[in-house]
Amino acid sequence: MRRAFIILALILTGCIFIPTAASASSAEEGKQIDVQHIIFEHMLDSYSWHITRVGEKDIIIHLPVILYSKTSGWHIFSSKRLEENGGSYQGFYPAPADGPHAYKLMEKMSDGSMVRPIDLSLTKMSLALLINGAILLLLFLPAARWYKKHRGDKEAVPSKYVSFVEMLVTMVEDGIIKPCVGENYRKFSPYLLTAFFFIFTCNLMSLLPVFPGGVGVTANLSITLFLALCTFIAVNVFGSREYWKEIIWPDVPTWLKAPIPIMPFIEFIGIFTKPIALMIRLFANMLGGHMAMLVLTVLIFIGFSVSTTIGSSMTVLSVLFNIFMYALELLVAYIQAYVFTLLSAVFIGSAQISHHGKAEKK
Amino acid sequence: MSLLVPDSGLLFWMLISFGVVFFLLAKFAFPVISKSVEERKTYVETSLSDARQAKETIARVEEDTKAIIAEANREQGRVLNEASRQRDKIISAARQEASAEAAKTLDEAKAQIQKEKDEAMLSIRREMAALSCDIAEKVLKEKLSDQESQMALIDRMLDEVVKEGSLVKDRMS
Repeated sequence: MRRAFIILALILTGCIFIPTAASASSAEEGKQIDVQHIIFEHMLDSYSWHITRVGEKDIIIHLPVILYSKTSGWHIFSSKRLEENGGSYQGFYPAPADGPHAYKLMEKMSDGSMVRPIDLSLTKMSLALLINGAILLLLFLPAARWYKKHRGDKEAVPSKYVSFVEMLVTMVEDGIIKPCVGENYRKFSPYLLTAFFFIFTCNLMSLLPVFPGGVGVTANLSITLFLALCTFIAVNVFGSREYWKEIIWPDVPTWLKAPIPIMPFIEFIGIFTKPIALMIRLFANMLGGHMAMLVLTVLIFIGFSVSTTIGSSMTVLSVLFNIFMYALELLVAYIQAYVFTLLSAVFIGSAQISHHGKAEKK
Repeated sequence: MSLLVPDSGLLFWMLISFGVVFFLLAKFAFPVISKSVEERKTYVETSLSDARQAKETIARVEEDTKAIIAEANREQGRVLNEASRQRDKIISAARQEASAEAAKTLDEAKAQIQKEKDEAMLSIRREMAALSCDIAEKVLKEKLSDQESQMALIDRMLDEVVKEGSLVKDRMS
């Protein structure tokens, strides 16, 4: 413990001196630091994946841009073309940063207006999603193959890796799915497990600062919208008759449901507010954490733009706070995956009520 | 603001990524894992209950064995006791018989001795009578001339008697 503190102190003192050299050049250029731009650049999607900068050279993965315009049809090209042409190519221009489609490509129509085309580009976040999906498959499929191979053999001893996967699966299934969904859990368990591990993997990968990670996919509204939509479908498509009866004709005094259907109206809104709450919760939590870490990092640059002393002291503070934030975010990564799955399971479970279940409750 | 606008392209890729992962995992991974884990759980449970039963059976058998051994021990003790009692009885009976036999033999011997003694007494008495008669005869036969010769004669005769008496005694023993 003591040694760990000494190492930490050494790193921190080192942090004070390293950026002083770097700050000299940036201060000379007199560039104003655009905090909003830095943060949004990290949080938003982009057409290419900027990995790092080695000396003067940027290492960038150029991803395919796939656009469909109603007037000019399909356009498929590498994002390298955009870079070469100052951000625009084949009549597509990036949208202004303050608009609803910041930095996204817009098509300039003949009358001068900008129209957003159908954009199926494999963006940074799309690639991150695919990578995270591949990680999930690589994690679970070999373990599943082991189980398939040892189906009849009940005395087979699983390897450490298989036991680990089993531990993960049973943790979610026994801890969340079984108690929350109820007896019908088998039908929903694959979805809830996939949702949990997808969110968890994405959260963890977004905390990894090097290549395959570092993209906050779960801090993007599209992703959480999709996940919430899945839960919405699972709740309402597989809802029991009792569940719908509770919405249309709930168990309340008659004057609350006729002639003005107050309660049915509230219940009906409730159908949508539940998944929306799920969507916002995951999105806001992940976004908040990432933003806090980014702001803490940017503080270093702001400090150095004022003076070297402030920058150096800011570095120490920022690194300390970032270590704390990292620990917190690791916790949040798990908690948010847990909460999303838990609430989804509870919503699904509450839509599975039957006469039998109700009688038991009463 | 742009953060709050869902993007159709990203939704599309999310659909593909999540959809493929969900399809593959839901079809090949999770049900297999859950089922196997459940099967193993029931197997472990039945194994445990079997083990418990086996343990109980063993305990019962052990108890039975102990009871049997104790019973055998008791039986052994009883048999040994019985045997030793039997032995004592036989020995004491033999001893009694032997002593009775010995007593009988002794009695017979005593009776025999008594008989022989009586016979001997009888023969001595007869001898004495005869001797007395002899002495009297000889005394009468001699002419008692004088006191001295008479005394000498009596001494001589008594010597003879004593001699003969010892002879008789020798014969008797």
